[in-house]
Amino acid sequence: MAFTRFVASLFATSTLALALTAPTQAAEKVLRVASTMSDIPLTTGQPSQGGEGQRFIGYALYDALVSWDMSRSDIPAPLAPGLALSWAADEATRTKWTFKLRPDVKFHDGSAFDAEAVVWNLDKLMKRDSPQFDQAQSTQAGFYVLNIASYKVIDPMTVEITTKKPDAVFPFQIVGVMISSPARWKEMGGDWNKVAYKPSGTGPWMLDKLVQRERAELVKNPNYWNPKRIPQSDRMVLLTMPDPNTRVAALLSKQVDWIEAPPPDTLPRLKSAGMQIVTNKYPHNWPYILSYSEGSPFLDIRVRKAANLAIDRAGLVDFLGGTATPSVGAVDAKHPWFGNPTFKIEYNPKEALRLMKEAGYSPEKPLRVKFAISTSGSGQMQPLPMNEFIQENLRAVGFDVQLDVMEWEALRSRRRMPSDAPENAGIHALNNSVSVVDPFNSLIGVALSTARPPMGYNWGGFKDPKADELALAAGLEFDPKKQDELLGKLHAYIVDQAMWIWVVQDLNPRAMAPNVKGFVQAQSWFQDLTPVSVQ
Amino acid sequence: MLRYVIHRIFYTLPIAIGVSLVCFALVHLAPGDPLSAILPENASPQIIAEIRAAYGLDKPLPVQYVIWLGKVLTGDLGASIKTGQPVLREIIPAVGNSLILAAAAICLAFAAGSVLGGVAGYTRNRVLDRVVTSTAITGVSLPHYWVGMVLIVLFSVELGWLPASGMGGGNWQNMILPTITLAVIPAGIIARSVRASVIEIRKQEFVQTLYAKGLDGRRVLQHVAKNVAPTVMAVMGLQFAQMLGGSILVETVFAWPGTGFLLNAAIFTRDLPILQGTILVLAMIFVAMNLLVDILQMFVDPRVKRS
Repeated sequence: MAFTRFVASLFATSTLALALTAPTQAAEKVLRVASTMSDIPLTTGQPSQGGEGQRFIGYALYDALVSWDMSRSDIPAPLAPGLALSWAADEATRTKWTFKLRPDVKFHDGSAFDAEAVVWNLDKLMKRDSPQFDQAQSTQAGFYVLNIASYKVIDPMTVEITTKKPDAVFPFQIVGVMISSPARWKEMGGDWNKVAYKPSGTGPWMLDKLVQRERAELVKNPNYWNPKRIPQSDRMVLLTMPDPNTRVAALLSKQVDWIEAPPPDTLPRLKSAGMQIVTNKYPHNWPYILSYSEGSPFLDIRVRKAANLAIDRAGLVDFLGGTATPSVGAVDAKHPWFGNPTFKIEYNPKEALRLMKEAGYSPEKPLRVKFAISTSGSGQMQPLPMNEFIQENLRAVGFDVQLDVMEWEALRSRRRMPSDAPENAGIHALNNSVSVVDPFNSLIGVALSTARPPMGYNWGGFKDPKADELALAAGLEFDPKKQDELLGKLHAYIVDQAMWIWVVQDLNPRAMAPNVKGFVQAQSWFQDLTPVSVQ
Repeated sequence: MLRYVIHRIFYTLPIAIGVSLVCFALVHLAPGDPLSAILPENASPQIIAEIRAAYGLDKPLPVQYVIWLGKVLTGDLGASIKTGQPVLREIIPAVGNSLILAAAAICLAFAAGSVLGGVAGYTRNRVLDRVVTSTAITGVSLPHYWVGMVLIVLFSVELGWLPASGMGGGNWQNMILPTITLAVIPAGIIARSVRASVIEIRKQEFVQTLYAKGLDGRRVLQHVAKNVAPTVMAVMGLQFAQMLGGSILVETVFAWPGTGFLLNAAIFTRDLPILQGTILVLAMIFVAMNLLVDILQMFVDPRVKRS
């Protein structure tokens, strides 16, 4: 009897709850996104999970002092004012950056954003003895705060950040430092684990629900400081789906509205079901980073050029279902940093054969080289079939490529050490995709001879006085236009030197249901989902 | 009986220590730096050293093991390298999610396996037996992930009847496909075990005696079932424990955030504390399940109690 009453009351309550919530749910515009991540990124401020974490959590819940303008698809996303209205380095030392803050900005918890909050957040990342220091966030922000020496409040709406050395690309680093609410941290008793479930930033979305490894539900922040970026959807449900076929099935079965990175071989099926496939140029290179260590055959420019000319990039792009474009350098030809290289990166096996013959090699007497590649990994696209494709291309002009296949994290460990480290002995190239976001990680830090890991990204030890001169000059040029010119010269020079083997640039495909409207795919690792809604 | 239980618990201690040693060693033998997933590409040697020391990774492996084991004994499995969250906080919900799936799958597997096995045992060497046996062998032979993908394509993509993945915020429909997928192999194993046991039991003299006493088929079946139960229970116990470990493939295919999903993520990010903690907890669950089955068998089968 008691059980019957219990069931009856449960039924009645459920029906009532359903009746009460039904109209709200019907009215709510929900955007459901399937990510490639296997866990929801850190929600406390600095997100984990790389670019995807920044895209869906970082720039959704939070803002940085400097932001990206992701409103256009026809140009590489430029920097834009974020929580700072303006920023400039002092003329005398070029190390003191003054940030004038945006007034009247509130955190999701209602507390005010000011200069104290900025300093508090930098302490959170850098000052190990501060009560709010958080190792998890600090490790995520390591790259962004590497050059910061000190910081202080000038007045409630002005902050001064001093860099260790003059650094013209500093705004490209501060763009990654997310500002979380000191008030919320205090409210949660100083426990970042609790803050994770109830975070507070200044971003256009607010976290409503977090289920680790399953979902994060974000609701729109109707009071967002930028009225143009108040979300068009009421709720965004971010789901974890690391398996690509699962994501495709979820979209086809209308379980989600948007999926990241559909596999190329599923695109025809998705298109036939009426799904939108959205691609755009994307600062994401898929190259071979060459070793210049003693004994490396790539010390010979003829060999480097031959390798660049041996690859049938159009065939590879076709194999990838059109989800990439052939590389013509580290950046695409329309990029402000492209410059005017004289060496044209193209498919020219005849010239490649000639160069290899000149260097003393041929298909009959091949040059043996070993490339370290991964089985999978963030941004690695389809590493195994792509490398096999290129292996055949290179074989045709006189390379005998041995692929040293390793797991993604193992490859990353190898990249963290320079090419002449004992662990990298015998490896002549590393197939590690790279982002081309800021001048340092794109050009300066890969071409400068002193920027060997861990101080930069020059894994192979490329050393050239002219490249050094141009890289140093670009790093110290504070006028953005002049800096672009110098970066163009640097880029043209490293292409002429065939510094790496550039293969393709990822087009960052994503698929969405036919009724998803408003998305503008920026030429960026990050995207703005605020204008997107399901019609 | 109490002595038997205490003995069995005592025997699990060296197993537990052995398991902890193996899981610690295997995780550390894998190539790749556990810090590579969290360190910025250009972290300075000083930062690397500081973080390595913070996680205790700067000490020799035997020392790391002893420190880790000492903490484990006090219930502290450490903190995730990636998220900074306590490992237990990460594992408990995952075990809960796998438990939901495993419980549903084992019930389905038990029901299907028992019925099919019983039918096959009773119709030995007849057409029905051959059909059931072939079905069971097929079930055991089909890879989990393949079954999962076929079910998704059929019931989610083509027919649109069921959700393809995730827990759906607790929607029971999300459980159907992963449950069936996970139940296929255990159902086949249970069916084959039940069939073999039924055939074996039915050959025994006491069954002939029961018939000779004039008991009808239904009553004899009850006696047969009672004798088959210990075998089924042992098989079910192992299968259930295996399922609790989560199937990395099934949980990944269905984006089901259980222990398999957690392990998959931890493997790819080299999150050693999560990996070690999860493997240890799962191994302990396996050991506990074996112990529980042994004890239950003692209640069900008096022969075990006597021995």
